[in-house]
Amino acid sequence: MEKTLDQFTVGECGIVRSVAGEGKIKRRLFDMGITPGAEILLRKKAPLGDPLEVTIRGYELTLRKSEACCVTMRIDGSTSTAAKKEGD
Amino acid sequence: MKHFALAGNPNCGKTTLFNGLTGSTAHVGNWPGVTVDKRDGVYKKCAEPISIVDLPGIYSLSPYTPEEVIARNYILDEKPDCVINIVDATNLERNLYLTTQILEMDVPVIIALNMMDAVEKNGDKIDANELEKRLGVPVVKISALRNKGLSELMDKAYNESKKQRQGYTVLEESDIAHLIVDVKTALSGENVANPLFHAIKLVEGDEIEVSMHKEVLGVVEAFKKTYDNDIFGNDFEALVADGRYKYISKHFAAVFQRKSKEKFTLTKSDKADKVLTHKIWGIPIFLLILFAIFHVTFSEDFLFLGSIFNLPSLADLGLADPITEEPLTYGAKWLSVVYNGGVMSPGVIINNIWNEMMVGELFGWIQGLVEESNMSPWAIGLLNDGIIEGVGSVLSFLPPILVLFLFFSILEDSGYMARIAFILDRIFRRFGLSGRAFMPMIMGFGCSVPAMINTRTLADENERTATVRVIPFFSCGAKLPILTAIAGAMVVALGVGNADLITFAMYVLGIAVAILSVLLMRSTTLKGETPPFIMELPSYHAPQFKNLMLHLWDKTKHFIKKAFTIILASTIVIWLLTHFSFSWKLLGDEQVNDSILANIAMLLQPLFTPLGFGSQTGEYGWVFIVAVVAGLIAKENVIGTFATLAACLSAVAGLDFGNLVLEAADGVDAVRAMIMATGISAPALISFIAFNMTTIPCFAAVGTAKSELQNKKRFNWTLLFWIASSYIVGTVIYTVGSWWWTCFIWMAVIAAVVFAIVFYNKRRSKRSSNL
Repeated sequence: MEKTLDQFTVGECGIVRSVAGEGKIKRRLFDMGITPGAEILLRKKAPLGDPLEVTIRGYELTLRKSEACCVTMRIDGSTSTAAKKEGD
Repeated sequence: MKHFALAGNPNCGKTTLFNGLTGSTAHVGNWPGVTVDKRDGVYKKCAEPISIVDLPGIYSLSPYTPEEVIARNYILDEKPDCVINIVDATNLERNLYLTTQILEMDVPVIIALNMMDAVEKNGDKIDANELEKRLGVPVVKISALRNKGLSELMDKAYNESKKQRQGYTVLEESDIAHLIVDVKTALSGENVANPLFHAIKLVEGDEIEVSMHKEVLGVVEAFKKTYDNDIFGNDFEALVADGRYKYISKHFAAVFQRKSKEKFTLTKSDKADKVLTHKIWGIPIFLLILFAIFHVTFSEDFLFLGSIFNLPSLADLGLADPITEEPLTYGAKWLSVVYNGGVMSPGVIINNIWNEMMVGELFGWIQGLVEESNMSPWAIGLLNDGIIEGVGSVLSFLPPILVLFLFFSILEDSGYMARIAFILDRIFRRFGLSGRAFMPMIMGFGCSVPAMINTRTLADENERTATVRVIPFFSCGAKLPILTAIAGAMVVALGVGNADLITFAMYVLGIAVAILSVLLMRSTTLKGETPPFIMELPSYHAPQFKNLMLHLWDKTKHFIKKAFTIILASTIVIWLLTHFSFSWKLLGDEQVNDSILANIAMLLQPLFTPLGFGSQTGEYGWVFIVAVVAGLIAKENVIGTFATLAACLSAVAGLDFGNLVLEAADGVDAVRAMIMATGISAPALISFIAFNMTTIPCFAAVGTAKSELQNKKRFNWTLLFWIASSYIVGTVIYTVGSWWWTCFIWMAVIAAVVFAIVFYNKRRSKRSSNL
């Protein structure tokens, strides 16, 4: 199944498939480690629903929904259920 | 002398290492992007002294942010003898991404593997020898915080600096390896230094490189036309970034051994985070923390004990004079330091001890000595009323500034500041800013200068300009004296309100003006897309005591230096200008109205009439104008000036300030004297505070703004903006405060302005869409 990162629910986990977006933003996403094949867990949403906090490559990163929608994710059934248990 | 450069990700301990190596006290915080300019120091414990440059923290060598460009140009142009690449061991993958880019330059490199203690505490392991083998450059384990491994690091770096190193890339395995080699050969043929680095940047289509090496670009373009990858198409920038991370995950997974197999574990830091950024409680907790900080620093009724239990004041207890509230005995004076109808908050206690017991007594004693000496009267006047009074009233505000600063340091050091940006981003976006702009703004409460420098972490030029312009509205430490002294005096002299409340309200007013200004600028002259917000959230950690004390010491040094240089000089100048007439005749205190300063200020006085402290304040009203002008040098001067001038006015016949103690430096009493001399009204006083808060900041901040904005036109507009905003804010406050119905006029004006802007923007966007 595929969807963009901004559509994730808290605790959901997936693998980056592709990154779109305007040059500057895309480069920044790449530099921060959001490249195809990387695993991302949506840790939480800010109190007002935006921005998002994700765990990627072992650290915490925050980005807005508008930026997260540039990231297309692939979700395997196994990873998302495993992560659901842990998230709240 | 050899020179080494420190490079690494933001928040990886670079500045801590720099401080450890050079013994300097650069500002350290748990926030990505605290170092925004390069800075140097000297390491002396090697075979020869080594100059060390601390570069700004960067994630990559992309051309998009100013810090990245500073770091990149430094390594390329200044050719350091060795680059010390600090790698945060707790975050190996992302840190090595930068390493792979630095390795492409033809410069000796050594890796300092920092925070190994934290990795080992988690039970994880990193094989440094293996890492060294794979990277091909020396790797040294260090702990910057505990000063461990620093001499080994420097010895090895010194050895490396004697060698030559050829750039090396991890992209040899990728599809574009051939292209990179071709471009590199072409560049080498033209004798370009660091050909490999430039070749890769050129392949990425890096803006800076493309303009530098147009002739070689054809090779890249030709290859691009023939290439198509199923994920990236022919986006080479993406391909390069992906190639680096692929290489890192493939080769360095073996180096890093996690104890637990779980990929995402819950640490202590995560538990704290769960509460602090909670969906419902996150914002209330933030507001509560902000309130608590101000309460602990300024409240004279700590935890509201006095109000809750209806505690008696010292006067009620017969320990103080019922009218002046002066303590009657020495013991009562000590008691008044901690208690007067309510328990004082820690900040106020520190303040009282410093002011009543130290500065007050000491300066009073010195003034007594001067008084009894055989100096000529003008010299006594200059020393006592000019210098000691002025400097004393400035020093009296050292405690609240330090206490407030301590709390902000704790917030920053612990990592909570980054979460505040996370929580508030949604709100900031409404005003066209990113949550990142919060950091420089909140730093503005401490001092505008570092705050303005910190705006370099903002990538968007228009966002930066807007932020620099509103930073002075976040009332800085030096403006605090204006607030507390005037608020204190208003309560005593005019019986208006409550000093805490006035102070707090003025802070809020500053924030409100800032928000309105940003909204106005972002929808008129400084339009632009809301900048992106892609930021690392550092782990929480307990603030380091040593670090906090370094911050405070730094601040104290800075403040005291200012008190004894620029402020001392300006108090002397003001005293001289108030005691000499245009014909250079020495004037007695009672002739102050004939002085040079009074004459100049009187000319300007009518200009301030709409703000309430112009012509209507009468014969002595020029003191406010002098204070405003002196405030342009340093905001501490505003109250310092009052103190100097109050001493003059008290000597003027007919101006009896009753039981005010003017010989000891006391800002509140100085303002009370001003109120009595000029009969200024409460709205005018509030307008005066607001004017000083929102007008052109001090010399230092103006200078910083100039260098940060770079563009001369922008800077001039910024000065004009400050003058206009303060004039408007002052006028609104004075008119509405004096005649409440004028608020309807102002509302109509605001509505008209808003309508005009919205209408104009709509028409413009319509026109551009028609084109």
